[in-house]
Formats: sequence, C-alpha cells, structure tokens
Amino acid sequence: MKTYAYFPGCSLESMAASYHLSTIETARALGIELKELEDWNCCGATAYFHIDEILAHTLCARNLAMAEKEHLDLVAPCSGCYKNMYFTNAHLKKDADLAEHINLALSEDNLQFSGTIGVHHVIEVFVHGVGLEEIKRRVTHPLKGLRVAPYYGCQLMRPRKDHEDIEGPHFFEELLAAIGAVPVSYPPKLRCCGGSLIITHRKAALSMVRDLLQSAVQQEAEVIATICPLCQINLECYQSQVNREFGTELSLPVLYFTQLLGLALGIPAKRLGIGSELVSPELALASCC
Amino acid sequence: MITRPSFSQEVANLLYAAEGSPLLVCMQCGTCSSTCPAAPFMDHSPRAIIAMIAADLKEEVLASNAFWYCASCYSCTVRCPRGINIADMMYGLKRYSLWRNQYPQGLIGPDFSRRFARMIVRTGKSFEPALAPAFIFHAGLRGLLGEMRTALALFLKGRLPLIPSRVKRAKNFRRMLSRIIPLARPA
Repeated sequence: MKTYAYFPGCSLESMAASYHLSTIETARALGIELKELEDWNCCGATAYFHIDEILAHTLCARNLAMAEKEHLDLVAPCSGCYKNMYFTNAHLKKDADLAEHINLALSEDNLQFSGTIGVHHVIEVFVHGVGLEEIKRRVTHPLKGLRVAPYYGCQLMRPRKDHEDIEGPHFFEELLAAIGAVPVSYPPKLRCCGGSLIITHRKAALSMVRDLLQSAVQQEAEVIATICPLCQINLECYQSQVNREFGTELSLPVLYFTQLLGLALGIPAKRLGIGSELVSPELALASCC
Repeated sequence: MITRPSFSQEVANLLYAAEGSPLLVCMQCGTCSSTCPAAPFMDHSPRAIIAMIAADLKEEVLASNAFWYCASCYSCTVRCPRGINIADMMYGLKRYSLWRNQYPQGLIGPDFSRRFARMIVRTGKSFEPALAPAFIFHAGLRGLLGEMRTALALFLKGRLPLIPSRVKRAKNFRRMLSRIIPLARPA
C-alpha cells in the first residue's frame, strides 16, 4: 500500500466536505493510504499572494516541511492548493537564498524545508500512480453510458508544471472511460470558473460560469465532473444565481470526479457525500448506477 | 547620479520570484487579451496594461481595475509567445496597489484580500463563511437575495459549518509569520 501525506485544504472542511469523503474512500478502495498532515495550514489561496509573496511561500513551505518530516510525497485534492504548494516546492528547491530565509521562519515551529518530496494532485495519483488499467480492473459498477463533461479547470495544468500537453490533456477523459462513463467533448474544459471573482466581481464570474454550463448542456452532458472545490462550488452552488441573473434555466449536476469513481468502485453514494448537492444528480445517476 | 527607478523598472522588480521574461520583451501581440476570460470586463486589456507600464503611465495603471479582474487562471502566461508571466505580473500589481493603498473606488478585491490575509494570520486557515458576509451587500439587491438563498441552501445541506477550524500550534505559527514580517506582533 502506497502512502501519501494528505493535505485536504480549507474548502474540504466546509463547503466541499463531500470531496474529502470521496477522496478518502476512493483512495482506500484503490489501495492508497492518505495520511492527513497533522497540523496543516491554509496554502494562501490566491488572496495571500496579493499581500506578500514570501509570506505566501512560507505558508506553503510549512505544509511541505511537515510532509518531509514524514518522508511522504504530498497530495492535494484542491487544484489551487496543489498549484501553490507545487510552485513553492519548485521555487525553494531552486532558490537557496529564499529557502534559507523561509527556513529561519519555519524553525519557530521546529520545521525545516529541504526539498526532499514531490507534490501531486489526487487525480494524478490515481491516473498515473494507480494506473487506468488497475482502476478498470477494480470497477464493479461501471457508469453505463453516463455522459460526463470532464472539467479540468485552470490550476492543475497552468502554469506549466511537469505535464507534457497542457493545451489538450486527455487523461481525465480516459479515466471517465475507464469507469464506464462517456466523456463528452468539452471545448472549455481548461477555461476558468471565475475563482474568487465570484465574491469580488460577481457578474463577471457568473457569466463565466454560465458559459461553462451552457457548453456542457450543448454537448448533452448529464453531469460535469470537477477536480477542484472552487470549480465545483462556482458551477453548482451559483447555478441558481446564474439562472436569475441571465434568465437561463440551467440545472446540471456537478460532481467531484472522486464521487463518480467511487460509485464505479461500488462504494455506496452516501459514503461519497452524494446527497449534499444543491443541483440533485439523482436523475442522472438513476439511469446508470 | 542616483535616479529613482521608473515605474516600469519598479514593476519589473515586483516580479522577484516570478519565472519568465521581463515585461519589456512584450511585442504587443495581444495573445494575453484574447485568451483572458476576464478581459471583456476590464477597463484596459492585459496587453494595454503592459503597454501602459512600459510607457511609465503609473497613475493610469493604478487607476485601472484590470488586475483586480484577474482570476489568475494563467491562460495568458502559458500562451505568451515571449514567455512573460502575465498572471504573476497581475499579482505584482495587486501587491503594489495595496502597498500604496491606491486603487479605484468601489472595488471589493483589495478589502477581500486584506481580510483574507488577516484571517489566515489569525487562525492559520481560511473560512469563507465568515468572509463572505462582509461583501454580499456589494452585490445589489438581487445579488444579496441570491447569496442569502445559496447560503441557506448550503446550510440546510450541512455544507456551512458554523465553527471555523484553526491550526493547532497557533503560537508557533504566528511566531513563524512574525519572522517574515518582523513588525507583526507575535501572539
């Protein structure tokens, strides 16, 4: 059993609790142990980088140092957390001066960054670590023909990390196909959900959400699958506000990819946090599961 | 003779940890603006902002709402044919503008960033349910009602906890932060 240090991130303690549940459940079913960092802190999201860069890196470095202490690679289910910690890790490995500065601060919590671990997103651990063949082998309840829009969002692929193809990735589609679903062609799969603009520039963000939803409807998707709590919240929880703002009648369920994967692995819906949606996926799931 | 750095040099220096080419290699092709999902809402496109920085139009840049509309999706950064990290430049401009306390009236972004940062310094974690109420009154009546309905629905589904989570080693955590900004008062 491969073990990783698990960084849930703040959203997974509140609005995205179902992502937390379904990540833990699916990982276990795939033979991966996720050991939660015992005293993790916020990665700084985007807002902290508006205030101070070095402080933002320090926040991430504390989490990295705790994972290093356990000699485990770090895994994050939130694309934003993943991106922040990936780049702090990369910057500090390259910039000894910055690392020295930040280590001085980390010593106050008896921690040191030495650059000994890697940072991964949960979907990478499943697709590349476990492998699609192995996942396919473990599927007991294939999602017979469920039409799913694979929504990658921004931060997993951008800025460029170690992925080869950042403009046309297809591993998410392959994962969906491996669990028996039908990945629809989804042109805006790498477009932004609006992120925190939903608070700071509501109308702009709502119109970005509307475009993403409408495109999925056009492709006759029955559900959108996300890999990031912010994407899920913007696309799902703000759907009713999109409808009121633009006079649309959108009603498209948005689930975490771990929830769909979990269903295919035979995990009961309730243990995957299914049932806490504002746009019910019941109808879509009734035909396949 | 010692001269003050120009605005464009200052912005270049803001990009301390950013990877990528200096702003001055921009050839004004506009790829950033055309790929930006928020550009239609900005008063100046990302391309125009870079031109304005190069022309040292400091007051005009600081009066722009453009960088506050950046959601940091990095579409511009990965597609810039000159390799400029435009999204990180937008972060740099936000920091510069907050540092100078100079931004257009009526923007939520600056206040949101400050509150967010304060919350993390205090508790080590972000807890949006406590942050959002300060801003929903900016959303107009329809927005306010929409936000309240969404919040109620989330609460009924058990997705809005009332008690924020905090880091456990709070004292160490704050001492750590005060090492980076020495004037910050440790707990």
